[in-house]
Amino acid sequence: MHIPDGYLSPATCGVFGAVMIPIWATASKVVKKTLSVRQVPYLAIGAAFSFVIMMFNVPIPGGSTGHAVGGVLVAILLGPWAACIAITVALVIQALLFGDGGITAIGANCFNMAFVLPFVGYYVYKFISSDSPVGSKRRIIAAGVGAYIGICAAALSAGIEFGIQPLLYHTANGQALYAPYGLNVAIPAMVSVHLLVFGWVEVIVTALVVKYLQKENSVFFEGGRS
Amino acid sequence: MTLASKLWIGIGALLVLSPLGLILPEQFKAGKAWGEWGVDEIQKMTGYVPQGFHRLSELWKAPLPDYAFHGWVGKDLFSMSFAYIISAFVGIAIIAGVTFIIGKALVKEHE
Repeated sequence: MHIPDGYLSPATCGVFGAVMIPIWATASKVVKKTLSVRQVPYLAIGAAFSFVIMMFNVPIPGGSTGHAVGGVLVAILLGPWAACIAITVALVIQALLFGDGGITAIGANCFNMAFVLPFVGYYVYKFISSDSPVGSKRRIIAAGVGAYIGICAAALSAGIEFGIQPLLYHTANGQALYAPYGLNVAIPAMVSVHLLVFGWVEVIVTALVVKYLQKENSVFFEGGRS
Repeated sequence: MTLASKLWIGIGALLVLSPLGLILPEQFKAGKAWGEWGVDEIQKMTGYVPQGFHRLSELWKAPLPDYAFHGWVGKDLFSMSFAYIISAFVGIAIIAGVTFIIGKALVKEHE
């Protein structure tokens, strides 16, 4: 889901960069108010976790690869705004250091994976878990469903960004200037693999860690209010 | 042991296991993620290289491209796994460090 350089037009990149600025500003403001000193190390662990889990490329035999993001988990534990900051750091370092995701596409990639993914996932989790006890099974299911819908929503968002490129930017003879596949190809391609395979990886990772932390430290979940 | 240390052990385990993310796709003959192809692959798939793509795709030279060292493309899986673990370690250290500093800076202001 890391859109490389050259797939999105400079204008698209500019728009998503501009969209992310107020989101990052709000994230800083909210985190400043809600994060406690003792949660700061966990924010760092959350960012490291998201980074390393993204290195686990899962193959579709003979097809493509994909990975979990771990962002819904961070959102559940520390709140979606904190998750936004943690995943943003991971994505920026991935782009700069490893060329995973484009420099020009940092705004769009952050929009998909550091904004859409944690927020959609978090609110689905909130909605399903409602006021169930911290240690309940319902919270694990809520976390799993949130993870699934969160990553699929992010994939849809990436699919739309890819898909609008050939509609907006093409030469007179119809050749694409940037990403070559339209919405009718890009959206099904991005969403289907996440619905079928990678979404489930996100579910397993999220549900397992939530289950572990429920037993280990249920206090954690009280810090997750935004 | 504190919860944070336990979680760090978990991160350490993932770090050591990270080459699975390299080896499994190789074993199952899986290609790149959708939309993350290089110039050659796009050329093969569409029959041309989009002009804007051509101009922008080589914009950035990452120091550890694709979680490997420069010029290591095509090396054996063992070497690539080694580079992958080093990359994971460097990435985890920098990302945790930067996030920690940002977190501290944000939280400190209201303490």
